[in-house]
Amino acid sequence: MMDAGGKSEGLIRLEIDGRTVSVPSESTILDAAKILGIEIPTLCYSPLIEPYAACRICSVEVEFPGGKKRIVTACNYPVWEGIKVYSDNGKVRRIRRMIVEMLLARCSSVAVLQDLAAKYGIEEVRLEKQDEKCILCGLCVRVCAEIVGKAAISFAGRGLHRRVATPYDRQTEDCIACGACALVCPTGVIRVEDMEGRAVAHEELQLGPAKAVTVPFLQAVPNVPYIRADRCIHFQTGGCGHCAEVCDREAIDYEMKDEEIEVDVGNIIIATGFELFDPSVMRQYGYGRYKNVLTSLEFEHLNSASGPTGGRIMLANGDAPSVVGIVHCIGSRDKRYYEHCSKVCCMYALKYAHLIKEKTAAEVYNFYIDMRCSGKGYEEFYDRLLAEDVRFVRGKVGEISSVPIGEGEEGKLIVRVEDTLVGMVRRIPVDMVILCPAMKAQPDAKELSRVFSCSVGRDGFFIEKHPKLAPVSTTSDGVFIAGACQGPKDIPETVAQGAAAAAEVLSLIDRKEIEIEATTAVIDEERCSGCRICNTLCSFGAISFDEQKEVSVINAALCKGCGTCVAACPQGVIKARHFTDRQINSEIEGILR
Amino acid sequence: MSFEPRIVGFLCNWCSYTGADLAGTARIKYAPNIRSIRVMCSGRVDPVFVIKAFSEGADGVLIAGCHPGDCHYQEGNYKALRRYLLLKRILPEYGIEPERLKLEWIAASEGERFAHVVNGFTEQVRRLGPMNCKGALIESMKDDVLIHEEHAAQGTGERR
Repeated sequence: MMDAGGKSEGLIRLEIDGRTVSVPSESTILDAAKILGIEIPTLCYSPLIEPYAACRICSVEVEFPGGKKRIVTACNYPVWEGIKVYSDNGKVRRIRRMIVEMLLARCSSVAVLQDLAAKYGIEEVRLEKQDEKCILCGLCVRVCAEIVGKAAISFAGRGLHRRVATPYDRQTEDCIACGACALVCPTGVIRVEDMEGRAVAHEELQLGPAKAVTVPFLQAVPNVPYIRADRCIHFQTGGCGHCAEVCDREAIDYEMKDEEIEVDVGNIIIATGFELFDPSVMRQYGYGRYKNVLTSLEFEHLNSASGPTGGRIMLANGDAPSVVGIVHCIGSRDKRYYEHCSKVCCMYALKYAHLIKEKTAAEVYNFYIDMRCSGKGYEEFYDRLLAEDVRFVRGKVGEISSVPIGEGEEGKLIVRVEDTLVGMVRRIPVDMVILCPAMKAQPDAKELSRVFSCSVGRDGFFIEKHPKLAPVSTTSDGVFIAGACQGPKDIPETVAQGAAAAAEVLSLIDRKEIEIEATTAVIDEERCSGCRICNTLCSFGAISFDEQKEVSVINAALCKGCGTCVAACPQGVIKARHFTDRQINSEIEGILR
Repeated sequence: MSFEPRIVGFLCNWCSYTGADLAGTARIKYAPNIRSIRVMCSGRVDPVFVIKAFSEGADGVLIAGCHPGDCHYQEGNYKALRRYLLLKRILPEYGIEPERLKLEWIAASEGERFAHVVNGFTEQVRRLGPMNCKGALIESMKDDVLIHEEHAAQGTGERR
């Protein structure tokens, strides 16, 4: 479309509240108002979805070039050349006031309508009041159909009976529980409920990423977002795709797949860390049943300044706790689960107690078996906490329940514990319980140890070559271990081990050449009959057959010196250095003398 | 005085010997009847070593290696298993009960298991009593070992 007025091609000029703006021809009045920063209230509008004009709250008055005036809905009314829009004149305000009043009469307890009523000065609703929650804006229906591509909900009924429903009002398999409808709902009437109990640990605290596009965690390197296919609507229905639309770098590629990359390296440091014991198997502690029973990791997240509550310590209902119990040794130092001590829990439990005291007025109980505060400055910290009036109860907690018996137990979690210092069983009502679960080895550590031919102990942690002299080495040359994969340890120790492992690797790289074990096998070529029995025995491919000489030869660089070929040679012409037949025979003679 | 068997143990460097070491550092008590010989791998154990040990007066021989799949040399322990099964059939030819030979898998972390295996095997050999194999059979065994050793030493200044 050509324009002779010297204006930009394809742009339309209009005036809103006396201010002029040029916008592309496909824009709506609402789009134009947004550019000018003029606020027009909306309820049924979402920039992601086709406008629908159900709520009428965005009504504005338009004056056409001929002087004719009309009330239209800004969200779906296209811009015209030369129109004048009045977004907030007396007539518009009157109309909106009536709309809000009618909506509020239907949904008298919806906060967003109450706010609008206050804005438009509605003090008393003149119509009969109802207590609906849904304003029938249709956002949820449209988002499900347009973006999710599922149409699991739609309008049902007519006129007065119109409502949003699933097919036949039954639980529907079409719903993929993406939560898009709940997200767009302006009144908050739609809620996605977790049917299995614990995808959401804490109403305020969604552990792990809640959105499909997320960074793994704030300190992640590289700190770039990724798409979780199990949560992403696009991967489930093929719909949505909004992230790709809004990304002007075109960085989003739905075709990307996990791939295996082979990298040639000379040294490997295993630093696979630990796994936290899942306390839900210890039913008596109610983890998974009571919302205010958290693991230490969950509390850490709750307490984090970059966490879901901005670091505010709160219960599931948003209140501040008045009593908090910290239960030590969940699954660790326990013959039924893990015998080892997780080492770090005592100290972080003390840290939590200190932080709770600092941030809230709550009373803090520590339920411990033994306080193990060895390390520089640790015992002093414990002493400080004793002085800070943190309660310490020595005894293993037997049960956490919500069943009140005595006074003051109503609405609380009751920690039943044998106080071994007093010599009696106590019931202590608390608001929040923090469990300190065992640090356990990664479940695939054994598998990994086979890959690297090093070993793991009975507890599943990697075994170092020597506990004192080679604490980060393994029985495989060039393979090192660092951190909690070797055993429970705190951050300073982990950092020290990591640095030690890196130094070991650097010293190997720096040397430019590798020392190999002197215990290799050699073949006496003069006497080798060329039977080739040894050729297939070698697991390392170190033995080959010299076709010209018709003898087998050993590549000393590949030979690891196990001696399997030596024991197999029918001619007895393979010699194992440092483990010769003569040496071993002499040993046998010696020990049986 | 009760019979105290003499047992020769061939322990692989990476698993069983380390396991034995762990039993020691953990102060776990086990029968003192075993005398250990360290080899790099249970696959190094030549069947002749076992025959030789019996001919020199051992009452039992224990071969211990890494658990299947855990071998430091990938599959030396499987080679040991083959030879062990072969030995089980050969030993009766010399008049030796096959129960006097045992193959066990003991990992580096299994100090307790090492002690358990040694104690169990010592008891087993104790019940069998002293070696019945005497005189001519012992001599033939010694001869066989000697032939093997001489054959191996042929043409070289030393035995391999």
